[in-house]
Parts: sequence; C-alpha cells; structure tokens
Amino acid sequence: MSALEPERRTLLAVDDLHVHLGASHVLQGVSFAVAEGGVTALLGRNGVGKTTTLRAIMGLAPRRGRVTLAGEEIAKLPTHRIVRRGVGYVPEDRDVFAGLTVEENLRLAERNGTARYDLVYALFPELRERAGQRAGTLSGGQQQMVAIARALLNENRLLLIDEPTKGLAPLLVTEVARVLEQASELATILLVEQNLGVVHRLARDAIVVDQGRVVHTGPARPLLEDPALVRRFLGVSGAAV
Amino acid sequence: MSTFVLLTITGLGLGAMYFLIASGLSLIYGLMGVLNFAHGAFLTVGAYSSWWLSTQLGGVGSDVLRFLLSAAFGLLVGAVVAALVELVLIRPLYQRHIEQVLVTVGLSLAMVAWVQATWGPTERVYEAPSWLARTTEVFGARVPNDRFVEIGVAAVVLVGIVAFLRYTRYGLIIRAGVENRAMVTALGIDVRRAFTLVFAIGGLAAALAGVLSGVYFGGSIDPDRGTSLLIFAFIVVVIGGLGSIMGSAVAAVLVGLVQQYANYYGSEYLDFSVLGDLSVVLMLAITLLVRPSGLAGKWSVAH
Repeated sequence: MSALEPERRTLLAVDDLHVHLGASHVLQGVSFAVAEGGVTALLGRNGVGKTTTLRAIMGLAPRRGRVTLAGEEIAKLPTHRIVRRGVGYVPEDRDVFAGLTVEENLRLAERNGTARYDLVYALFPELRERAGQRAGTLSGGQQQMVAIARALLNENRLLLIDEPTKGLAPLLVTEVARVLEQASELATILLVEQNLGVVHRLARDAIVVDQGRVVHTGPARPLLEDPALVRRFLGVSGAAV
Repeated sequence: MSTFVLLTITGLGLGAMYFLIASGLSLIYGLMGVLNFAHGAFLTVGAYSSWWLSTQLGGVGSDVLRFLLSAAFGLLVGAVVAALVELVLIRPLYQRHIEQVLVTVGLSLAMVAWVQATWGPTERVYEAPSWLARTTEVFGARVPNDRFVEIGVAAVVLVGIVAFLRYTRYGLIIRAGVENRAMVTALGIDVRRAFTLVFAIGGLAAALAGVLSGVYFGGSIDPDRGTSLLIFAFIVVVIGGLGSIMGSAVAAVLVGLVQQYANYYGSEYLDFSVLGDLSVVLMLAITLLVRPSGLAGKWSVAH
C-alpha cells in the first residue's frame, strides 16, 4: 500500500475480508498488503479482530473476500491446502497437542522429507532434551517454543504468529523475540503482538485494525515513536519506546 | 465357584463384543464429534453378509475354513459400508451435529428395515465351527469355547488399535485430531482422510462384533442385534470416556461382568430378572454424577 517501498513485492494481499461469527460482524472489509521479507505487525486494541484476521487468512474462520498469496487466490482453499502453499501458523493459545510428546508434535508438522530439525533444535535446544515429554506437561514458554518450532520445521514463505509473548516471563519474551528475529530472515512474518517493545524491535511495517477495519498502515517505528498515534490507535498512553 | 467362573468368562465374552462396538464409536466421536447411531447397522450388515456367504459356501468341506471366509467377507462389507456412509452422508454434514444425528438414526432404521425385508424379520441360524459350541472345563465350570475366541479376538483388536494409534502416521493424526481437529488442518494435514479411515476401522470392528455375536447368542443372528447391542456400547463409551480406547476396554469389561453377575444372582436370589440391565444403567448414572468425563477423561486416546 502507499507507505510500502515500491521495490518490495507483495507476498500476501487481503482485500475486503469479512467475517461473521454468530450475530456479530467481526471483520468488516479488512484490506491490507504484506510485503515480502521481514516482520509486519498487525496491531490494535483487544477484540478488534486481529486474531480473527489471522484465522480467516488460514481458513479457520468462515470468511468472505479475497486473499492472495504471491498473486494466487487462496481464500477458497481449505486450511490444509493453504498451509501446503507455504504458510505456517502459530495460534494465540499455542494449541500444542497436550497428549502428544514434543517429538510427536513436531513429527505431526512434517510436511515432506525436508523437515528442518537441525534448524529447530539449534533455535530451541531444550526441545531436543524434552523430546519424549508430553507437551501438556510443559511450561507456557516451552509450549510456545513447540508451537513456533512446528511452524519453522517446514520451509514456509509466510508465518502468521499470534501473540507469541502472551503470558510469558520477561526473560522468555526476550528469548522469543530473538527467535522471531532469526525466523524473519527465513520467511515473511505477519505478527500480532501486544508487547510494543517487541514490535518496535522486530517490525518494519505496521497495520492497525480497529472495530473490524484497517485504520492505519505504514512503517512501524514512526507509529510507535509517536505518543499521540499510539494513544489513538492502540489505547496505550505514551510512546512504546 | 464353578458358576462364578462361568459367569466371569461369559461376562468377559460379552464385554469383548461391547468393546468391539465401543472402540469404533469412541474413536469416531473423539475425532469427529459424530454420535454415530448407524454403528449398530454396521454390525448387523456385517453379520448378515457373513451369514449370507456361509450359506453359499456349502461346497467348502471344512467348517472352520467356511467360517473364516464368511467372517472375513462380513468384516470387509462392514468396513466398506462404514467408509461409504462417511463419504456420502457424514462428510456433507461436517460440523452439523443435529443433522448428523438425524441421518445416522434414519440410516440405522432404514438398514434394519432393509435387512428384515431381504432376509426376514426372524432370526437366522448362524453356522459356526462345531468346536466353538463345545465346552472346556475351567476350575470345574464347563465354559463354551466361543467365549475364549471372543475374548481373544477383542484383545487382539485392542492391541492392534493401540499399536496403530501409537506407531503410525495416521494414528498420530487421529490422536492429535481427537484433541484439536482445527490445529491438525493448520499443520497442512487433510484430516478428512483420517475421518474415512476411522469409520472404516469402526465398521470393521462392529462387523466383527456382529459375527461373534452370531456365535455368542447360540448360533443365530437377527435384524435387531445391532440396535440392542449399540445401546450398551454407548453406555460403555460414556463410562470409559469419549475418545479413549483403553477407557472403552476397561468399561466394556466392567459392564459385561456386572451385567452377567447381576442377571444371574438377581434372578437366583431376588427373583428379579432385569437386574443386569438395571445395574448397567446405574453404573452409567453414577459415572455421569461422579466423573462425567468418564474413567479416562480426555486426552488419552491411546493411553
């Protein structure tokens, strides 16, 4: 969109996306583009439709509108076929399989013979040590590692990551931010994140959603460094950094 | 003592059949959220297919071979019919649970009516190898041999299903799908293939129960066999914990034993002949009050 530098190609384009959940019209024509490479943050107050936007792109919420990945329409595809086009998803509540071991959680995510276990275990050495442990017995931070590892195991073009630092201790927040920084060199990331410090560190672009519509797009830092914009769009007083 | 031994082994034989039906019901509900009221119809169709082939195999000299061939045919028909039901009737109604209940109830009624119209409403003689009808003495009790076959077959099926769930890719998908179907698809997996597979496995196990029930109930099958056993299988699934195979196995044994003991001792000492069914319903009520998620609770598909 207008604020993006012209030489960067659009990887994901969302056009007039609508989602109805029961009686409520959660997304009311969301449109935005995500440029290839780096991290784009999807921001907004609680309950404005950020998670629903990611779920609608994944085909996990009933949606209407156009979604294209590298120019190809994906809004009509079932979830598993969207994923096979190179989209990794880390859901808000991690959704690891509690009754399965760490190793089984990862094995389930293998899409072909080229699973990148070396990469995943280099990023999260702890997962190798806990391979035989049931995911339900892991701490929240460890479960988040499993959830991110599942998305990084395959070569993906796009990663949709929903609040990866939610509920984590400060030290783990830094750890997750470090991993996402490395992951952003491997794939384009669309990140929903409440921790504006993390957003400031990682994001190049920002998209702000309010009441089911996009209200702002542009480079992330000028937005986060302007207290008035932060207060207006995100309801947080003062600048993020 | 000998009566108690006979009741115990007979109760285990009955529990074996409950388990064969309940295992499929439990997996189907656990993975897909479908309460499959047509499951009893898979049993009946499997039993009747097996019976039909055995009547065509008069030229086969060995009664054991004739039984095995016709049983295998019954299992195949059960699995194929179940897979077709999933593909044709359940899949278009994905996540529409009321409609699924209606279509499976309707299907079970229709299948029973079809069997009655085709082969008559009364029971048919199910010919099994003569060895099965003879008895073996165990601690002074003369136990019909078929009880051992039923128990052995159910044990093999239990081990087979658990091994399938633990050690195969589809088993992994099914265990994960029981926990969170949407997240399985979000890993790029077409979970609908697992749905068809689970229906086929359930249909096969139900048909197996149908064949064995032909032997257990004195060498006869009738069109309502599936429907009457299905009620107890549902109770077993609820007591065991929806979605849990081990839970179903334990609950099936409990229900089979309690039913046998209560039936016998109830009519022997209390002159009360339906105590067996009554105690099973009581077990169900107690489970729902004390531990509504069943013996195994959730998350324990193969554990």
